[in-house]
Amino acid sequence: MTDITTPYLGMMLRSPIVVSASPLSEKVDNIRRMEDSGAGAVVLYSLFEEQIRQEREAMHHYMLYGTESFAEALSYFPEPEVYHAGTEDYLKLIQDAKKAVDIPVIASLNGAHPGSWEKFARRIESAGADALELNVYTIPSDLLMSGAAVEQNIIEIVREVKAAIKLPVAVKLSPFFSNMANMAYQLDLAGADALVLFNRFYQPDIDLETLEVVPNLLLSTPQALRLPLTWIALLYGRIRPQLAATSGVHTANDVVKLMMVGAQVTMMASSLLRSGIDHIRLVESGMRKWMNEHEYESVAQMRGSLSQLNAPDPSAFERAQYIRSLKSYQPKE
Amino acid sequence: MKSPEYITLDANEAAARIAYLTNEVIAIYPITPASQMGEWADEWAAAGKPNLWGTVPQVVEMQSEGGAAGAIHGALQAGSLATTFTASQGLLLMIPNMYKIAGELTPVVFHIAARAIAAQGLSIFGDHQDVMAARQTGWAVLASASVQEAQDFAAIAHAATLQARVPFIHFFDGFRTSHEINKIALLDEDDLRAMLDEAGIARHRAHGLSPEHPVIRGTAQNPDVYFQGRETVNPYYAAVPGIVQGAMDRFAALTGRQYHLYEYYGAPDAEHVVIIMASGGEAVHETVDYLNAHGAKLGVLKVRLFRPFDCAGMIAALPQSVRKIAVLDRTKEPGSAGEPLYQDVLTALMENWTGVMPRVVGGRYGLASKDFTPAMVKAVYDNLDLDQPKNHFTIGINDDVGHTSLPFDRDFSVEPETVVRALFYGLGADGTVGANKNSIKIIGENTPNYAQGYFVYDSKKSGSMTTSHLRFGRDPIRSNYLITKANFVACHQPGFLERFDILADAVEGGVFLLNTHVPADRVWDSLPRNTQEHIVNKHLHLYIIDAYKVAKEAGMGGRINTVMQVCFFAISGVLPRDEAINEIKDSIIKTYGKKGEEIVEKNLQAVDQTLGNLYEVAVPTAISSKVELLSPVSAGAPDFVRGVLGEMIAGRGDLLPVSLMPADGTYPVGTTQYEKRNLAQEIPVWDPNVCIQCGKCAMVCPHAVIRIKAYEPELLTGAPETFKSMDAKDTDWAGLKYTIQVAPEDCTGCALCVDVCPAKNKSAANQKAINMRPQPPLREQECENWDFFLDIPELDRRRIKTSSIRQQQVQQPLFEFSGACAGCGETPYLKLITQLFGDRTVVANATGCSSIYGGNLPTTPWASNDEGRGPAWANSLFEDNAEFGLGIRVALDKQNEIARELLQKLAGEIGGEFAESILHAVQRDEAGIHEQRERVALLKQRLAELSSVGRNGASDAKRLLDLADTLVKRDVWIVGGDGWAYDIGFGGLDHVFASGRNVNILVMDTEVYSNTGGQASKSTPRAAIAKFAAGGKRGSKKDLGMIAMSYGGVYVAHVAMGAKDEQTLRAFLEAEAYDGPSLIIAYSHCIAHGINMGTAMRNQKAAVDSGQWLLYRYHPEHAARGEHSLTLDSRAPKLPLNEYLRMENRFRMLEMSKPEVARELFAQAQEDVRMQWALYEYLASRSVNGSEVKS
Repeated sequence: MTDITTPYLGMMLRSPIVVSASPLSEKVDNIRRMEDSGAGAVVLYSLFEEQIRQEREAMHHYMLYGTESFAEALSYFPEPEVYHAGTEDYLKLIQDAKKAVDIPVIASLNGAHPGSWEKFARRIESAGADALELNVYTIPSDLLMSGAAVEQNIIEIVREVKAAIKLPVAVKLSPFFSNMANMAYQLDLAGADALVLFNRFYQPDIDLETLEVVPNLLLSTPQALRLPLTWIALLYGRIRPQLAATSGVHTANDVVKLMMVGAQVTMMASSLLRSGIDHIRLVESGMRKWMNEHEYESVAQMRGSLSQLNAPDPSAFERAQYIRSLKSYQPKE
Repeated sequence: MKSPEYITLDANEAAARIAYLTNEVIAIYPITPASQMGEWADEWAAAGKPNLWGTVPQVVEMQSEGGAAGAIHGALQAGSLATTFTASQGLLLMIPNMYKIAGELTPVVFHIAARAIAAQGLSIFGDHQDVMAARQTGWAVLASASVQEAQDFAAIAHAATLQARVPFIHFFDGFRTSHEINKIALLDEDDLRAMLDEAGIARHRAHGLSPEHPVIRGTAQNPDVYFQGRETVNPYYAAVPGIVQGAMDRFAALTGRQYHLYEYYGAPDAEHVVIIMASGGEAVHETVDYLNAHGAKLGVLKVRLFRPFDCAGMIAALPQSVRKIAVLDRTKEPGSAGEPLYQDVLTALMENWTGVMPRVVGGRYGLASKDFTPAMVKAVYDNLDLDQPKNHFTIGINDDVGHTSLPFDRDFSVEPETVVRALFYGLGADGTVGANKNSIKIIGENTPNYAQGYFVYDSKKSGSMTTSHLRFGRDPIRSNYLITKANFVACHQPGFLERFDILADAVEGGVFLLNTHVPADRVWDSLPRNTQEHIVNKHLHLYIIDAYKVAKEAGMGGRINTVMQVCFFAISGVLPRDEAINEIKDSIIKTYGKKGEEIVEKNLQAVDQTLGNLYEVAVPTAISSKVELLSPVSAGAPDFVRGVLGEMIAGRGDLLPVSLMPADGTYPVGTTQYEKRNLAQEIPVWDPNVCIQCGKCAMVCPHAVIRIKAYEPELLTGAPETFKSMDAKDTDWAGLKYTIQVAPEDCTGCALCVDVCPAKNKSAANQKAINMRPQPPLREQECENWDFFLDIPELDRRRIKTSSIRQQQVQQPLFEFSGACAGCGETPYLKLITQLFGDRTVVANATGCSSIYGGNLPTTPWASNDEGRGPAWANSLFEDNAEFGLGIRVALDKQNEIARELLQKLAGEIGGEFAESILHAVQRDEAGIHEQRERVALLKQRLAELSSVGRNGASDAKRLLDLADTLVKRDVWIVGGDGWAYDIGFGGLDHVFASGRNVNILVMDTEVYSNTGGQASKSTPRAAIAKFAAGGKRGSKKDLGMIAMSYGGVYVAHVAMGAKDEQTLRAFLEAEAYDGPSLIIAYSHCIAHGINMGTAMRNQKAAVDSGQWLLYRYHPEHAARGEHSLTLDSRAPKLPLNEYLRMENRFRMLEMSKPEVARELFAQAQEDVRMQWALYEYLASRSVNGSEVKS
């Protein structure tokens, strides 16, 4: 029997296939189905603190809108006794999920303001999550903010959260740093227990009929796998935090490849949104089949076997290779 | 006796709290100014707050006040403790049940915020006309004069009724007391419990209907015994005064506050006494103090118990020294021998007085919250000084018609110097009132000082000015009239200085705080002359702050409330500055803490940044300004507008004499055009290079400020340089020019037009064919363009294809510049009616938002065209509008019938062929109507000749001349909101459906009672939070369209302009063309939905896309032809309902406050959508013979 158990964030997962943050985890029933389908752990959908803040401000604005202007209608809404801050649902989901399943439940947090990360992280810890994934990606568009400052912000957040809670902390990042390796190293120093590579973000589209910019959620494609694959390969063995792969993980072969370059776990969402939660089962059986056919005993055995440290051609993962391949396309003189 | 807790609140809250604590069943229905009592009850019940006995009362909203009274009657008959709240017409609707409740000796208290009755005009404001109209029902009437009394007498009334078995009206003055915030000693629950007679409760329970001990109540009685039966109750009434005084004495023992049924105050040897009831007594009390301190010997008798009127008790309370009495009534009974209190006092004196009978005069005061001041009180006493005091006088007005009024000195004041008196002028949207309410709380609840606040609002819903009157002092504050001697005046909007005499009420040496963006070194020069004069002459201290800058920097947008509040405390010295700032901060944390820390943070930041931006300005000694106060109406306004309406606009309406008031409440149309409100900071600007001439911008404009004209090119001669035009694109109008023009001073800046504009600039997609630009730099130029535009003749209506929006929208709107909320969702529909049919329409308008923005003085939006034709408009009541409209229709039909009969009779004289052409005229379109008008004009000429004396048939000719106009097609539009159509007016509406008469009914469905502040109606959709549905509406929305369709003969359309404007237009045309009842239910977005009004047409679209709101038309004539009568104009739901619900605060609030309930109700609402679609799709796919329609 092939052993696919995987240590991640201090826990022993029964499988390296983990469900990454997505709307699927909004319902406890789905989380139960993820467990039934063999998921090693589930990362809950992200708690977007900024969104909650905006919603609260909008609520406050509309509660006051038009009030105290006209004698017959001094207000338009009853004043609720309680306002749910917007995080209660999330904390309740953590509790409900913990009751419903045995696999680890990892909370995901996207903060927006200094101080808020730490506060919400504490609440998440109290609610009983097994670990916390910090989703630190934002689009820095401030012309006056240097890349170093952006990086420093992220490092500070991780440091603060680590100091505030005892839970293992994973950091989900985008690849857009001048030197990803250095960023990973800095996060190592800041205390991150794992790096989740890489975040996907939603790039808007244009509606040619209405001439409007429209939000457009694109699910990941198999090609998206290459970026995490490259960076996990480069980082494996060089830093302390564990490496989790996300984006473009669709098939059993994808999982195997990522294990080989050094991923601790592989995370899936798009393929589950497309094919259903049961898809996990298919991927796991495919992975077991491949391992059997190729006589691998465990995922531990294959982990990192094709990382840059262990690859037959270490330079294959580096930029120079890219230049060479470009050169090969140069037209003949 | 415990020392009481002091809190600040208004009388509505104070009375509602007692009513809630002492009852089990509460029936509610909204009506100003009593709505808040019901709202409190509903909110407390939604929050699970228990009553005195630990159970949460059942709070049930009814369809009308009549319904509420019926429900309470039932609850009482079943042996429950029950109550309700109402005012004005609401109380009138309860009268039938009140007779029953009293006749059956049932203990109950109704709490009334007393209000005027609609007569020559409606008024929402306070007087005793409603209570007086119910005085004969057999209910005890107990009057509260203040917020403290409203609480205390609520308790005393509940205690007394249980003992007496006589039902009680407990009333206080609408607005003046119901809405005044004052510091009161809170009655604690133990004391309240101690007041209530448990034996009385048990007796009431035992009296309840029960099959265990059945009785029959409500028999029909015959001449032999009814009379005797009616007299059985006398002993109960005789006992009431003693019981109430007993309750008052018990109350005093518990709380230390002693009241008497008839309370005399003043000199023990007074010769002149005023007798008065409710809040007016406080001003008299204060004046008596002042005048007696200055050597007079005066007294006031405050009447608390008006029914049963205890003649002997009242006489006993009067000092024996009294020689002259003035009885003041806050009501009007035309044709009576005198007003009720006056008559009762006379009777009491006649029956009980021993010795020389005092001279008694009666007078009226304070109708519809007309301020009642010490100056007026003094005039009443001065009148008594005369040898022949004027009787049946009025005080507070100038009656130059009936000559009833007493003169008074407006400058007379009794306000003690120890009281801080502050006036704040703000905009509704800037949070001024909220901040002031908060300041009162801070001072009232955290210091030994007393505090009072009263707030005056504008008659318009958008861009309205609010005036806050605040008093603070060491002693309880009785001065329940507006402040006219202010030692602190704050103007939160610099623009007011040009329009109003803001500093008229400032006292010598007072403080003036101005919010302005002009820096300290230039501010003096920016002030109007009138302001400078006040400052210099009264030696005012001038402080300025740029509150908008501070608020913006703190992330508070346009809400300058916190900033101005800090300034007030910093300057006024009411509290030590640091203490005040700490209190403000604490209060911010308390108020906003539950709403989110970011909201707290922003407010705290605003507090911290304020003082550094507050400056005292050295005041020059010379007046230098050339800026004069603006005229309240524009140049060219007719005399009546200038002399009457203009004075109201300027805030001088109180000074208008009776002679200038129309005697029958009839006012001219089209007067909003003269009130240039300049509300918009930004106005839409047309870009002809991008425009596709679709007409949508004009169609959605709620205020009719975007106008379109197509006209002959030569009319451009003399156009202002910046006037824009382009060739008309429509092929029907080849050769014509086309202009879209904005009325810059009438626009509210809502920007709906820009949001719906489908044309985008090809080089910058954020620019459309119409774009918002700052108004001030454009004002002058666009005013000139607007005037030029108005002078361009309207396109001949026969050249306009009304079925095409792009053509139809050049029709002149005859509903313009209303005071509706900026971005209103109702007014575009009304405007559309006036464009299409306005010149031949009579409008019956249900009370509600539309009757207020449609008919609230000073200026009104219904207008006429160049020929003088336009909608004739009237508002009857809330509950009867369908019947009112039907009556108009029947009358017009009858007049047409008489005219036709006369025409046939006179055919010989006027020409048979000509008569036939009139009788058989086809008036289906503009051309047909135009020709008939020409024929009728000719007919009238002939009739004028015929009716000259001595001719044959002269009298018939004269009669026909009076009715000839009715030979031209007349439309009747019955319009109103969902509160009317779904609830209070539904019975009548249903009858009109069944009548078969040719009326057009427009229901502007906002899904709440918008005008009274957003209470739930039967139209409110499931899962919406509204007042009276604070826990989220659990039931589904009533399907009014389906009910109407069930008659078969009613044209029904369900429309949403923002979703499909062509369908809306088509529905209006079909409805009008259908010769029978037509019902259009129009989705009307509303400020009460908690949405961005500038993009609200998107909400309409989302409502349709999600299937929440269907678009359809049901045409009875199609059914008659065997075709499918129901046409679905919207597609199958494609947007998940949640996405629509989350666009609106009314639904989002439920998610935020009760997430579990929201999940459940959202899911049910989605199921409603599914089922609704399935049903309508099925019906639309069938013809009337049951076969499936192939489409």
